[in-house]
Amino acid sequence: MDDSQTIGSGRDWFLTGMKGIFSLPAIILMLSFVGFCAFTAQAGIPMEQVVFMTGVVWALPAKVILVSSILGGANLATAFIAVTLSSIRLMPMVAALVPEIRTEKTPTWLLLVLSHFVAITAWVFAMERVPAVPRERRIAFFAGFGITLVLANMLLVAVVYQFVAEFPPIVAGCLFFLTPVYFLASIWSSARHPVIYVALAVGLVAGPLFYWLAPEFDILLAGVGGGTFAWLAERSWRQRKEARA
Amino acid sequence: MTVLEGWWAYVFIAIAGWLATDLWRWLGVLAGNRLREDSEVLNWVRAVATALVAAVIAKLILYPTGVLEQSPLWLRLGSVAAGAIAFFIGRQKPAIGIATAIAVLAIGLWAFGF
Repeated sequence: MDDSQTIGSGRDWFLTGMKGIFSLPAIILMLSFVGFCAFTAQAGIPMEQVVFMTGVVWALPAKVILVSSILGGANLATAFIAVTLSSIRLMPMVAALVPEIRTEKTPTWLLLVLSHFVAITAWVFAMERVPAVPRERRIAFFAGFGITLVLANMLLVAVVYQFVAEFPPIVAGCLFFLTPVYFLASIWSSARHPVIYVALAVGLVAGPLFYWLAPEFDILLAGVGGGTFAWLAERSWRQRKEARA
Repeated sequence: MTVLEGWWAYVFIAIAGWLATDLWRWLGVLAGNRLREDSEVLNWVRAVATALVAAVIAKLILYPTGVLEQSPLWLRLGSVAAGAIAFFIGRQKPAIGIATAIAVLAIGLWAFGF
């Protein structure tokens, strides 16, 4: 059976995903990478290491922690623990994305390979856009976007490294602030399940609260505790509405 | 400040960076592969993932690193609030909210002589 006539070929959707490099989230991420590049250049991390890091770690918060650990003279085990604790959030993010993009025929090894391209930006982008992509082509679409975004940022880091050492502070400040503001606007506008709004609001409050209570595990506690609370609240609201209907 | 050199730098980044992050992505694939799209468990996973990202967002705003460390908290919160108001007035277009928040922050930073 050939259904490429009606839904487009995998190659077409891969190209559509690649074009996502010109979207607002991709541009904001690239600006954030310019900011990260300035940080590493000032710290004296060689450009080749920054490019390598961009490709293999990918998630920006994890890289900031890795670089801080290196600069602080941490040993391998300490750096590993710091980075891995800060990256636990990748697991539920990937787990929420996988049921949206796979089909029954998608091999697990392909999902394992493509999961490398998940970080906050690609996750928000994919969760927002895949409903408009035919299910059989979602893997191609995500691969096109994810691979292009990583390669483009590796190239970007290599090129801008020598120019960014001294930014005017006002530019550096605004570049930094783009990331949280973009995540907020984008998660809110792309939410397709009511539980997302509740979880976003609860997480914003729970993050600082747990930072104050238990700064070592704040993000983890805010995510699991706050997320569970948001889910329970939304579910009981939903069940009451159904009972009334 | 320490800077790693030679091949050891790449081994260090591969173990403490690559393995430390991809480990969770692989576990996410194995967990997500068992979830049905309409299941209540997936709803919970969605809530946890969103709350985790929200907690990261709140920390970036409240406890920024670099230049913004020296900026007043009320300026950062005010920028986000202004962006949120513009976002909801502007039919929830992300670009409108983001541009407003950044413009307010830039004016504030300029007024404080950054």
